Amino acid sequence: MIYSEKVMDHFANPRNVGEIPDANGVGEVGNAKCGDIMKMYLKIEDNVIQDIKFKTFGCGAAIATSSMATELIKGKSVEEAMQLTNKAVVEALDGLPAVKLHCSVLAEEAVHAALSDYYRRQGLDPAMFGLKNSCDGCCSGCGCEAEEAHS
Amino acid sequence: MRVYADNAATTRTDPEILEKMLPVFTETYGNPSSIHTAGRDAFFVLKEARDRTAKALNALPDEIYFTSGGTEADNWAILGAAKKKAAKGRHIITSAIEHHAVLHTLEKGDFDVTYLPVNEQGFVSCEDLEKAIREDTVLVTVMMANNEIGSIQPIRQLADIAHRRNVLFHTDAVQAVGHIPVDVKELGVDMLSLSGHKFSAPKGVGALYVRKGLLLPNLMQGGAQEKGRRPGTENVPAAYGMSLALEKAVTGLEDKMKKLSALRDKLINGILDTVPYCRRNSPAENCLPGMVNVSVQYLEGESILLMLDMNGICASSGSACTSGSLDPSHVLLALGLDHETAHGSVRLSLCGQNTEEEVDYILEKFPQIIARLRAMSPLWEKVEKKEG
Repeated sequence: MIYSEKVMDHFANPRNVGEIPDANGVGEVGNAKCGDIMKMYLKIEDNVIQDIKFKTFGCGAAIATSSMATELIKGKSVEEAMQLTNKAVVEALDGLPAVKLHCSVLAEEAVHAALSDYYRRQGLDPAMFGLKNSCDGCCSGCGCEAEEAHS
Repeated sequence: MRVYADNAATTRTDPEILEKMLPVFTETYGNPSSIHTAGRDAFFVLKEARDRTAKALNALPDEIYFTSGGTEADNWAILGAAKKKAAKGRHIITSAIEHHAVLHTLEKGDFDVTYLPVNEQGFVSCEDLEKAIREDTVLVTVMMANNEIGSIQPIRQLADIAHRRNVLFHTDAVQAVGHIPVDVKELGVDMLSLSGHKFSAPKGVGALYVRKGLLLPNLMQGGAQEKGRRPGTENVPAAYGMSLALEKAVTGLEDKMKKLSALRDKLINGILDTVPYCRRNSPAENCLPGMVNVSVQYLEGESILLMLDMNGICASSGSACTSGSLDPSHVLLALGLDHETAHGSVRLSLCGQNTEEEVDYILEKFPQIIARLRAMSPLWEKVEKKEG
Protein backbone atom coordinates (compact mmCIF):
# COMPACT_ATOMS: atom_id res chain seq x y z
CA MET A 1 0.00 0.00 0.00
CA ILE A 2 1.52 3.28 -1.13
CA TYR A 3 0.46 6.75 -0.05
CA SER A 4 0.79 9.71 -2.41
CA GLU A 5 3.35 12.40 -1.63
CA LYS A 6 0.52 14.77 -0.70
CA VAL A 7 -0.84 12.29 1.86
CA MET A 8 2.61 11.86 3.36
CA ASP A 9 3.09 15.63 3.44
CA HIS A 10 -0.20 16.17 5.26
CA PHE A 11 0.60 13.33 7.64
CA ALA A 12 4.11 14.58 8.41
CA ASN A 13 3.11 18.26 8.54
CA PRO A 14 -0.57 18.31 9.35
CA ARG A 15 -2.24 21.73 8.94
CA ASN A 16 -4.53 23.18 11.58
CA VAL A 17 -3.89 20.71 14.39
CA GLY A 18 -5.23 21.68 17.79
CA GLU A 19 -8.27 23.03 19.55
CA ILE A 20 -10.18 26.30 19.45
CA PRO A 21 -11.18 27.24 23.01
CA ASP A 22 -14.03 29.52 21.91
CA ALA A 23 -15.20 27.40 19.00
CA ASN A 24 -18.86 27.76 18.09
CA GLY A 25 -19.11 24.45 16.26
CA VAL A 26 -17.52 21.20 17.43
CA GLY A 27 -18.00 17.76 15.91
CA GLU A 28 -16.55 14.37 16.72
CA VAL A 29 -17.01 11.23 14.63
CA GLY A 30 -15.62 7.70 14.62
CA ASN A 31 -14.81 5.50 17.56
CA ALA A 32 -11.75 4.04 19.15
CA LYS A 33 -12.83 0.46 18.54
CA CYS A 34 -12.59 1.02 14.81
CA GLY A 35 -9.28 2.79 15.14
CA ASP A 36 -10.20 6.31 14.10
CA ILE A 37 -11.75 9.36 15.74
CA MET A 38 -11.81 12.85 14.26
CA LYS A 39 -12.70 15.96 16.20
CA MET A 40 -13.20 19.27 14.40
CA TYR A 41 -13.43 22.73 15.93
CA LEU A 42 -14.95 25.63 13.97
CA LYS A 43 -14.90 29.33 14.67
CA ILE A 44 -17.57 30.84 12.44
CA GLU A 45 -18.07 34.60 12.17
CA ASP A 46 -20.23 36.43 9.63
CA ASN A 47 -21.11 33.08 8.10
CA VAL A 48 -17.43 32.45 7.30
CA ILE A 49 -15.17 29.77 8.72
CA GLN A 50 -12.58 32.06 10.26
CA ASP A 51 -10.68 29.29 11.97
CA ILE A 52 -10.70 25.51 12.01
CA LYS A 53 -8.66 23.02 14.03
CA PHE A 54 -8.70 19.27 14.35
CA LYS A 55 -7.49 16.42 16.49
CA THR A 56 -7.39 12.90 15.09
CA PHE A 57 -6.75 9.46 16.50
CA GLY A 58 -6.06 7.17 13.59
CA CYS A 59 -3.81 6.01 10.80
CA GLY A 60 -1.77 8.13 8.42
CA ALA A 61 -4.70 8.55 6.03
CA ALA A 62 -7.00 9.63 8.86
CA ILE A 63 -4.58 12.36 9.88
CA ALA A 64 -3.93 13.45 6.29
CA THR A 65 -7.63 13.60 5.34
CA SER A 66 -8.43 15.63 8.47
CA SER A 67 -5.66 18.03 7.62
CA MET A 68 -6.75 18.38 4.00
CA ALA A 69 -10.41 18.82 4.94
CA THR A 70 -9.53 21.73 7.22
CA GLU A 71 -7.48 23.36 4.47
CA LEU A 72 -10.28 22.98 1.96
CA ILE A 73 -12.89 24.78 4.04
CA LYS A 74 -10.89 27.37 5.98
CA GLY A 75 -12.04 30.84 4.95
CA LYS A 76 -15.06 29.45 3.09
CA SER A 77 -18.68 30.28 3.80
CA VAL A 78 -20.78 27.86 5.79
CA GLU A 79 -22.74 26.95 2.65
CA GLU A 80 -19.53 26.21 0.76
CA ALA A 81 -18.20 24.12 3.63
CA MET A 82 -21.40 22.09 3.63
CA GLN A 83 -20.65 21.07 0.05
CA LEU A 84 -17.38 19.41 1.07
CA THR A 85 -17.33 15.81 -0.07
CA ASN A 86 -14.98 12.96 0.68
CA LYS A 87 -14.27 12.85 -3.04
CA ALA A 88 -12.93 16.39 -2.98
CA VAL A 89 -10.66 15.47 -0.07
CA VAL A 90 -9.37 12.40 -1.91
CA GLU A 91 -8.74 14.38 -5.09
CA ALA A 92 -6.90 17.10 -3.21
CA LEU A 93 -4.66 14.43 -1.72
CA ASP A 94 -3.91 12.95 -5.16
CA GLY A 95 -5.83 9.82 -4.24
CA LEU A 96 -6.00 7.35 -1.39
CA PRO A 97 -5.54 3.58 -1.35
CA ALA A 98 -8.96 1.87 -1.66
CA VAL A 99 -8.78 0.47 1.88
CA LYS A 100 -8.34 4.02 3.18
CA LEU A 101 -11.28 5.67 1.44
CA HIS A 102 -13.35 5.42 4.61
CA CYS A 103 -10.94 7.90 6.21
CA SER A 104 -12.01 10.55 3.70
CA VAL A 105 -15.66 9.77 4.47
CA LEU A 106 -14.88 10.29 8.12
CA ALA A 107 -13.27 13.66 7.37
CA GLU A 108 -16.40 14.78 5.50
CA GLU A 109 -18.55 13.53 8.38
CA ALA A 110 -16.43 15.38 10.93
CA VAL A 111 -16.86 18.68 9.09
CA HIS A 112 -20.59 18.10 8.76
CA ALA A 113 -20.87 17.17 12.44
CA ALA A 114 -19.14 20.40 13.44
CA LEU A 115 -21.44 22.41 11.14
CA SER A 116 -24.50 20.65 12.60
CA ASP A 117 -23.31 21.59 16.07
CA TYR A 118 -22.92 25.21 14.92
CA TYR A 119 -26.52 25.28 13.67
CA ARG A 120 -27.80 23.65 16.83
CA ARG A 121 -26.08 26.29 18.94
CA GLN A 122 -27.90 28.91 16.83
CA GLY A 123 -31.13 27.18 17.77
CA LEU A 124 -31.57 25.83 14.26
CA ASP A 125 -32.25 22.30 13.10
CA PRO A 126 -29.28 21.06 11.01
CA ALA A 127 -31.67 18.94 8.96
CA MET A 128 -33.19 22.13 7.57
CA PHE A 129 -29.87 22.81 5.90
CA GLY A 130 -29.53 19.34 4.48
CA LEU A 131 -27.21 18.09 7.25
CA LYS A 132 -28.03 14.65 8.52
CA ASN A 133 -27.07 13.27 11.85
CA SER A 134 -23.76 11.83 10.87
CA CYS A 135 -22.94 8.24 11.63
CA ASP A 136 -19.98 7.47 13.79
CA GLY A 137 -17.99 6.46 10.73
CA CYS A 138 -17.42 3.01 12.08
CA CYS A 139 -17.59 0.22 9.57
CA SER A 140 -19.06 -2.35 11.86
CA GLY A 141 -22.51 -2.28 10.37
CA CYS A 142 -24.80 0.67 11.02
CA GLY A 143 -25.83 0.28 7.39
CA CYS A 144 -25.84 4.00 6.66
CA GLU A 145 -24.78 5.83 3.54
CA ALA A 146 -21.30 6.49 4.86
CA GLU A 147 -20.82 2.83 5.49
CA GLU A 148 -21.77 1.97 1.95
CA ALA A 149 -19.19 4.44 0.77
CA HIS A 150 -16.60 2.52 2.77
CA SER A 151 -17.18 -0.68 0.98
CA MET B 1 20.31 6.45 10.86
CA ARG B 2 18.44 3.57 9.28
CA VAL B 3 17.37 0.78 11.63
CA TYR B 4 15.73 -2.35 10.29
CA ALA B 5 13.70 -3.72 13.20
CA ASP B 6 11.23 -5.87 11.29
CA ASN B 7 13.15 -9.14 11.19
CA ALA B 8 10.08 -11.18 12.04
CA ALA B 9 8.63 -10.03 8.70
CA THR B 10 11.78 -10.96 6.84
CA THR B 11 15.53 -10.73 7.20
CA ARG B 12 18.25 -9.40 4.98
CA THR B 13 19.88 -12.22 3.04
CA ASP B 14 23.32 -12.73 4.55
CA PRO B 15 25.79 -11.45 1.88
CA GLU B 16 28.18 -14.26 2.79
CA ILE B 17 25.43 -16.81 2.09
CA LEU B 18 24.45 -15.10 -1.15
CA GLU B 19 28.01 -15.23 -2.37
CA LYS B 20 28.17 -18.97 -1.74
CA MET B 21 24.86 -19.43 -3.54
CA LEU B 22 25.90 -17.69 -6.74
CA PRO B 23 27.98 -20.56 -8.21
CA VAL B 24 24.95 -22.82 -7.79
CA PHE B 25 23.12 -20.59 -10.29
CA THR B 26 25.95 -20.38 -12.78
CA GLU B 27 28.13 -23.48 -12.30
CA THR B 28 26.20 -26.34 -10.68
CA TYR B 29 23.05 -25.24 -12.47
CA GLY B 30 21.94 -28.67 -13.68
CA ASN B 31 18.65 -30.30 -12.87
CA PRO B 32 19.26 -32.68 -9.95
CA SER B 33 17.03 -35.25 -11.69
CA SER B 34 19.20 -35.32 -14.84
CA ILE B 35 21.52 -38.24 -15.45
CA HIS B 36 24.46 -36.28 -16.85
CA THR B 37 27.39 -34.68 -15.02
CA ALA B 38 25.69 -31.29 -14.67
CA GLY B 39 22.66 -32.99 -13.14
CA ARG B 40 24.77 -35.10 -10.82
CA ASP B 41 26.71 -32.06 -9.65
CA ALA B 42 23.44 -30.33 -8.79
CA PHE B 43 22.16 -33.51 -7.13
CA PHE B 44 25.14 -33.50 -4.78
CA VAL B 45 24.65 -29.83 -3.96
CA LEU B 46 21.04 -30.57 -3.08
CA LYS B 47 22.07 -33.60 -1.04
CA GLU B 48 24.56 -31.48 0.85
CA ALA B 49 21.82 -28.93 1.52
CA ARG B 50 19.47 -31.61 2.80
CA ASP B 51 22.12 -33.23 5.00
CA ARG B 52 23.08 -29.89 6.50
CA THR B 53 19.47 -28.85 7.12
CA ALA B 54 18.70 -32.19 8.74
CA LYS B 55 21.74 -32.00 10.98
CA ALA B 56 20.78 -28.53 12.25
CA LEU B 57 17.38 -29.89 13.30
CA ASN B 58 18.62 -33.28 14.54
CA ALA B 59 16.57 -34.91 11.79
CA LEU B 60 17.44 -37.51 9.19
CA PRO B 61 18.10 -36.23 5.68
CA ASP B 62 15.19 -38.36 4.48
CA GLU B 63 12.88 -36.44 6.75
CA ILE B 64 13.52 -33.04 5.11
CA TYR B 65 11.36 -31.93 2.18
CA PHE B 66 12.21 -28.63 0.58
CA THR B 67 9.25 -26.39 -0.17
CA SER B 68 8.60 -22.90 -1.49
CA GLY B 69 8.40 -21.61 2.08
CA GLY B 70 6.54 -21.78 5.35
CA THR B 71 3.07 -21.34 3.89
CA GLU B 72 3.41 -24.32 1.58
CA ALA B 73 4.86 -26.41 4.40
CA ASP B 74 1.93 -25.52 6.68
CA ASN B 75 -0.64 -26.22 3.97
CA TRP B 76 0.96 -29.54 3.12
CA ALA B 77 1.24 -30.67 6.74
CA ILE B 78 -2.39 -29.86 7.53
CA LEU B 79 -4.06 -31.00 4.33
CA GLY B 80 -1.79 -34.05 4.05
CA ALA B 81 -2.39 -35.19 7.62
CA ALA B 82 -6.13 -34.60 7.31
CA LYS B 83 -6.29 -36.62 4.12
CA LYS B 84 -4.25 -39.42 5.61
CA LYS B 85 -6.48 -39.66 8.66
CA ALA B 86 -9.78 -38.88 6.91
CA ALA B 87 -11.23 -42.25 7.92
CA LYS B 88 -10.76 -41.37 11.59
CA GLY B 89 -12.50 -38.00 11.46
CA ARG B 90 -12.06 -34.37 10.54
CA HIS B 91 -11.50 -32.69 13.89
CA ILE B 92 -8.35 -30.57 14.10
CA ILE B 93 -7.04 -28.69 17.13
CA THR B 94 -5.01 -25.53 16.78
CA SER B 95 -4.38 -22.35 18.75
CA ALA B 96 -6.12 -19.00 18.47
CA ILE B 97 -2.85 -17.25 17.62
CA GLU B 98 -1.61 -19.24 14.62
CA HIS B 99 -0.33 -17.64 11.44
CA HIS B 100 -2.86 -17.26 8.63
CA ALA B 101 -1.04 -19.98 6.70
CA VAL B 102 -2.51 -22.35 9.29
CA LEU B 103 -5.76 -20.60 10.19
CA HIS B 104 -6.94 -19.97 6.65
CA THR B 105 -6.00 -23.48 5.56
CA LEU B 106 -8.18 -24.82 8.35
CA GLU B 107 -11.03 -22.42 7.59
CA LYS B 108 -11.09 -23.22 3.89
CA GLY B 109 -11.04 -26.96 4.45
CA ASP B 110 -13.99 -29.07 5.49
CA PHE B 111 -12.81 -29.45 9.06
CA ASP B 112 -14.23 -29.22 12.51
CA VAL B 113 -11.72 -26.96 14.26
CA THR B 114 -11.11 -26.34 17.94
CA TYR B 115 -9.11 -23.21 18.72
CA LEU B 116 -7.17 -23.42 21.96
CA PRO B 117 -7.28 -20.10 23.79
CA VAL B 118 -4.13 -18.43 25.09
CA ASN B 119 -3.59 -16.65 28.39
CA GLU B 120 -2.72 -12.95 28.47
CA GLN B 121 0.95 -13.72 27.90
CA GLY B 122 0.10 -15.71 24.78
CA PHE B 123 0.52 -19.32 25.96
CA VAL B 124 -1.79 -22.27 25.38
CA SER B 125 -2.34 -24.69 28.23
CA CYS B 126 -1.68 -28.41 28.20
CA GLU B 127 -4.92 -29.00 30.11
CA ASP B 128 -6.91 -27.28 27.40
CA LEU B 129 -5.35 -29.49 24.77
CA GLU B 130 -6.00 -32.58 26.85
CA LYS B 131 -9.67 -31.65 27.12
CA ALA B 132 -10.02 -30.74 23.45
CA ILE B 133 -8.87 -34.09 22.03
CA ARG B 134 -11.75 -36.27 20.83
CA GLU B 135 -12.21 -39.65 19.24
CA ASP B 136 -12.30 -38.04 15.80
CA THR B 137 -9.30 -35.72 16.30
CA VAL B 138 -6.82 -36.22 13.46
CA LEU B 139 -4.27 -33.48 14.02
CA VAL B 140 -3.00 -30.97 16.53
CA THR B 141 -1.17 -28.02 15.00
CA VAL B 142 0.30 -25.43 17.35
CA MET B 143 2.98 -22.93 16.39
CA MET B 144 6.31 -23.11 18.17
CA ALA B 145 6.83 -19.35 18.48
CA ASN B 146 4.36 -16.63 17.68
CA ASN B 147 5.18 -14.17 14.90
CA GLU B 148 3.62 -11.13 16.56
CA ILE B 149 4.38 -11.44 20.24
CA GLY B 150 7.11 -14.09 20.35
CA SER B 151 5.56 -16.44 22.91
CA ILE B 152 7.23 -19.88 22.78
CA GLN B 153 4.81 -22.75 23.32
CA PRO B 154 5.61 -25.92 25.31
CA ILE B 155 5.73 -28.00 22.12
CA ARG B 156 7.29 -31.07 23.68
CA GLN B 157 4.52 -31.38 26.28
CA LEU B 158 1.79 -30.63 23.76
CA ALA B 159 3.15 -33.23 21.32
CA ASP B 160 3.32 -35.79 24.14
CA ILE B 161 -0.34 -35.22 24.96
CA ALA B 162 -1.35 -35.60 21.31
CA HIS B 163 0.69 -38.78 20.93
CA ARG B 164 -0.69 -40.37 24.08
CA ARG B 165 -4.08 -40.03 22.42
CA ASN B 166 -2.76 -41.27 19.11
CA VAL B 167 -3.08 -37.92 17.32
CA LEU B 168 -0.55 -36.47 14.87
CA PHE B 169 1.26 -33.29 15.88
CA HIS B 170 2.47 -30.50 13.59
CA THR B 171 4.23 -27.30 14.58
CA ASP B 172 4.70 -24.17 12.51
CA ALA B 173 8.24 -23.32 13.61
CA VAL B 174 8.80 -20.58 11.04
CA GLN B 175 9.66 -17.98 13.70
CA ALA B 176 11.57 -20.42 15.87
CA VAL B 177 14.04 -22.16 13.57
CA GLY B 178 17.42 -20.43 13.61
CA HIS B 179 16.40 -18.32 16.62
CA ILE B 180 15.92 -20.83 19.44
CA PRO B 181 17.01 -24.47 19.73
CA VAL B 182 14.87 -26.71 17.54
CA ASP B 183 15.53 -30.43 17.86
CA VAL B 184 12.80 -32.45 16.19
CA LYS B 185 13.60 -35.60 18.13
CA GLU B 186 13.54 -33.82 21.45
CA LEU B 187 10.32 -32.02 20.53
CA GLY B 188 8.80 -35.29 19.38
CA VAL B 189 6.77 -33.66 16.62
CA ASP B 190 5.53 -35.50 13.53
CA MET B 191 5.83 -32.49 11.23
CA LEU B 192 7.56 -29.12 11.47
CA SER B 193 7.45 -26.17 9.06
CA LEU B 194 10.28 -23.73 8.52
CA SER B 195 11.05 -20.82 6.24
CA GLY B 196 14.48 -19.67 5.05
CA HIS B 197 13.96 -15.93 4.85
CA LYS B 198 13.32 -15.70 8.58
CA PHE B 199 16.96 -16.59 9.28
CA SER B 200 18.94 -14.70 6.63
CA ALA B 201 18.39 -17.12 3.74
CA PRO B 202 16.60 -15.91 0.60
CA LYS B 203 12.82 -15.74 0.25
CA GLY B 204 10.96 -18.50 -1.58
CA VAL B 205 12.45 -21.51 0.15
CA GLY B 206 11.44 -23.47 3.21
CA ALA B 207 11.06 -27.03 4.33
CA LEU B 208 8.71 -29.45 5.95
CA TYR B 209 10.16 -31.99 8.33
CA VAL B 210 8.10 -35.19 8.17
CA ARG B 211 8.95 -37.86 10.72
CA LYS B 212 10.26 -41.03 9.14
CA GLY B 213 7.50 -43.60 8.76
CA LEU B 214 4.78 -41.00 8.34
CA LEU B 215 3.72 -41.23 4.71
CA LEU B 216 2.17 -37.87 4.11
CA PRO B 217 -0.01 -37.61 0.98
CA ASN B 218 1.11 -35.04 -1.57
CA LEU B 219 -0.22 -31.52 -1.76
CA MET B 220 0.67 -31.24 -5.45
CA GLN B 221 1.03 -33.76 -8.23
CA GLY B 222 3.91 -33.85 -10.67
CA GLY B 223 7.38 -35.28 -11.07
CA ALA B 224 9.44 -37.54 -8.88
CA GLN B 225 11.31 -34.84 -7.00
CA GLU B 226 11.64 -35.11 -3.22
CA LYS B 227 10.91 -38.83 -3.45
CA GLY B 228 7.76 -38.02 -5.38
CA ARG B 229 6.26 -36.27 -2.38
CA ARG B 230 6.86 -32.69 -3.39
CA PRO B 231 7.02 -32.40 -7.17
CA GLY B 232 8.67 -29.54 -9.04
CA THR B 233 12.30 -29.00 -9.95
CA GLU B 234 14.08 -28.19 -6.73
CA ASN B 235 15.24 -24.65 -6.08
CA VAL B 236 18.79 -25.86 -5.58
CA PRO B 237 20.53 -22.50 -5.00
CA ALA B 238 17.91 -21.43 -2.46
CA ALA B 239 17.91 -24.78 -0.63
CA TYR B 240 21.70 -24.65 -0.54
CA GLY B 241 21.63 -21.07 0.77
CA MET B 242 19.03 -21.95 3.38
CA SER B 243 21.09 -24.86 4.67
CA LEU B 244 24.14 -22.65 5.04
CA ALA B 245 22.13 -19.90 6.74
CA LEU B 246 20.62 -22.43 9.13
CA GLU B 247 23.97 -23.95 9.99
CA LYS B 248 25.32 -20.48 10.66
CA ALA B 249 22.29 -19.53 12.74
CA VAL B 250 22.51 -22.54 15.05
CA THR B 251 26.25 -22.24 15.58
CA GLY B 252 26.80 -20.73 19.01
CA LEU B 253 23.06 -20.21 19.32
CA GLU B 254 22.99 -20.04 23.11
CA ASP B 255 25.44 -17.12 23.17
CA LYS B 256 23.62 -15.31 20.39
CA MET B 257 20.32 -15.75 22.21
CA LYS B 258 21.78 -14.34 25.39
CA LYS B 259 23.14 -11.30 23.60
CA LEU B 260 19.99 -10.65 21.61
CA SER B 261 17.72 -11.14 24.64
CA ALA B 262 19.70 -8.47 26.49
CA LEU B 263 19.19 -6.08 23.58
CA ARG B 264 15.48 -6.94 23.45
CA ASP B 265 15.07 -6.34 27.18
CA LYS B 266 16.86 -3.02 26.95
CA LEU B 267 14.53 -1.96 24.15
CA ILE B 268 11.24 -3.00 25.72
CA ASN B 269 12.13 -1.81 29.21
CA GLY B 270 13.36 1.47 27.77
CA ILE B 271 10.07 1.99 25.97
CA LEU B 272 7.96 1.02 28.98
CA ASP B 273 10.02 3.33 31.21
CA THR B 274 9.77 6.40 28.98
CA VAL B 275 6.32 6.12 27.40
CA PRO B 276 3.35 6.39 29.77
CA TYR B 277 0.25 4.30 29.04
CA CYS B 278 2.18 1.66 27.20
CA ARG B 279 1.39 -2.05 27.54
CA ARG B 280 3.79 -4.95 27.11
CA ASN B 281 2.34 -7.48 24.66
CA SER B 282 5.36 -9.76 24.25
CA PRO B 283 5.82 -12.06 27.26
CA ALA B 284 8.56 -11.37 29.82
CA GLU B 285 9.55 -15.03 29.80
CA ASN B 286 9.63 -17.72 27.13
CA CYS B 287 9.77 -15.08 24.42
CA LEU B 288 11.75 -15.08 21.17
CA PRO B 289 15.09 -13.36 21.82
CA GLY B 290 14.49 -10.50 19.37
CA MET B 291 10.78 -9.85 19.82
CA VAL B 292 9.35 -6.64 21.26
CA ASN B 293 5.64 -5.91 21.06
CA VAL B 294 3.96 -3.07 22.91
CA SER B 295 0.64 -1.25 22.68
CA VAL B 296 0.76 2.51 22.86
CA GLN B 297 -2.58 3.59 24.17
CA TYR B 298 -4.57 6.44 22.59
CA LEU B 299 -2.74 6.01 19.29
CA GLU B 300 -3.23 3.95 16.18
CA GLY B 301 -0.34 1.75 15.09
CA GLU B 302 -0.04 2.74 11.46
CA SER B 303 0.57 6.38 12.29
CA ILE B 304 3.36 5.29 14.63
CA LEU B 305 4.90 3.11 11.92
CA LEU B 306 4.82 5.90 9.36
CA MET B 307 6.51 8.28 11.74
CA LEU B 308 9.08 5.69 12.79
CA ASP B 309 9.78 5.14 9.11
CA MET B 310 10.23 8.87 8.57
CA ASN B 311 12.93 8.58 11.21
CA GLY B 312 14.55 5.64 9.45
CA ILE B 313 13.09 2.91 11.68
CA CYS B 314 11.29 -0.06 10.08
CA ALA B 315 8.73 -1.74 12.35
CA SER B 316 5.26 -3.27 12.06
CA SER B 317 1.89 -3.24 13.81
CA GLY B 318 -1.17 -5.37 14.41
CA SER B 319 -3.62 -2.52 13.93
CA ALA B 320 -6.55 -2.93 11.56
CA CYS B 321 -5.05 -0.32 9.27
CA THR B 322 -1.98 -2.44 8.75
CA SER B 323 -3.72 -5.79 8.65
CA GLY B 324 -5.76 -4.81 5.61
CA SER B 325 -9.00 -5.66 7.39
CA LEU B 326 -11.32 -3.86 9.74
CA ASP B 327 -10.22 -5.79 12.78
CA PRO B 328 -6.89 -5.60 14.54
CA SER B 329 -4.63 -8.63 14.85
CA HIS B 330 -6.34 -11.84 15.97
CA VAL B 331 -3.27 -12.58 18.08
CA LEU B 332 -3.61 -9.43 20.16
CA LEU B 333 -7.36 -9.91 20.53
CA ALA B 334 -6.71 -13.49 21.70
CA LEU B 335 -4.53 -12.08 24.49
CA GLY B 336 -7.66 -10.32 25.72
CA LEU B 337 -6.74 -6.85 24.48
CA ASP B 338 -9.62 -4.59 23.53
CA HIS B 339 -9.72 -3.31 19.96
CA GLU B 340 -8.47 0.10 20.95
CA THR B 341 -5.35 -1.23 22.64
CA ALA B 342 -4.70 -3.68 19.81
CA HIS B 343 -4.88 -0.84 17.27
CA GLY B 344 -1.99 0.85 19.06
CA SER B 345 0.38 -2.10 18.84
CA VAL B 346 3.93 -1.81 17.56
CA ARG B 347 6.22 -4.76 16.87
CA LEU B 348 9.97 -4.26 16.79
CA SER B 349 11.79 -7.47 15.90
CA LEU B 350 15.55 -7.51 16.25
CA CYS B 351 18.15 -9.91 14.90
CA GLY B 352 21.83 -10.51 15.53
CA GLN B 353 22.72 -7.74 13.10
CA ASN B 354 21.06 -5.05 15.20
CA THR B 355 23.41 -3.11 17.45
CA GLU B 356 23.10 -1.47 20.84
CA GLU B 357 23.60 1.86 19.08
CA GLU B 358 20.50 1.14 17.00
CA VAL B 359 18.48 0.27 20.09
CA ASP B 360 19.61 3.55 21.69
CA TYR B 361 18.50 5.38 18.57
CA ILE B 362 15.04 3.76 18.70
CA LEU B 363 14.79 4.62 22.39
CA GLU B 364 15.66 8.23 21.60
CA LYS B 365 13.10 8.60 18.78
CA PHE B 366 10.23 6.47 20.05
CA PRO B 367 9.07 8.68 22.95
CA GLN B 368 9.35 11.81 20.74
CA ILE B 369 7.18 10.23 18.06
CA ILE B 370 4.60 9.10 20.57
CA ALA B 371 4.45 12.54 22.18
CA ARG B 372 4.02 14.20 18.79
CA LEU B 373 1.20 11.90 17.71
CA ARG B 374 -0.52 12.02 21.06
CA ALA B 375 -0.56 15.81 20.84
CA MET B 376 -3.00 15.37 17.95
CA SER B 377 -5.04 12.58 19.48
CA PRO B 378 -8.48 13.53 20.83
CA LEU B 379 -8.28 10.48 23.12
CA TRP B 380 -5.04 11.67 24.68
CA GLU B 381 -6.62 15.10 25.15
CA LYS B 382 -9.24 13.46 27.38
CA VAL B 383 -6.57 11.68 29.43
CA GLU B 384 -4.64 14.88 29.94
CA LYS B 385 -7.76 16.79 30.98
CA LYS B 386 -8.68 14.06 33.44
CA GLU B 387 -5.22 14.15 34.97
CA GLY B 388 -5.30 17.95 35.04
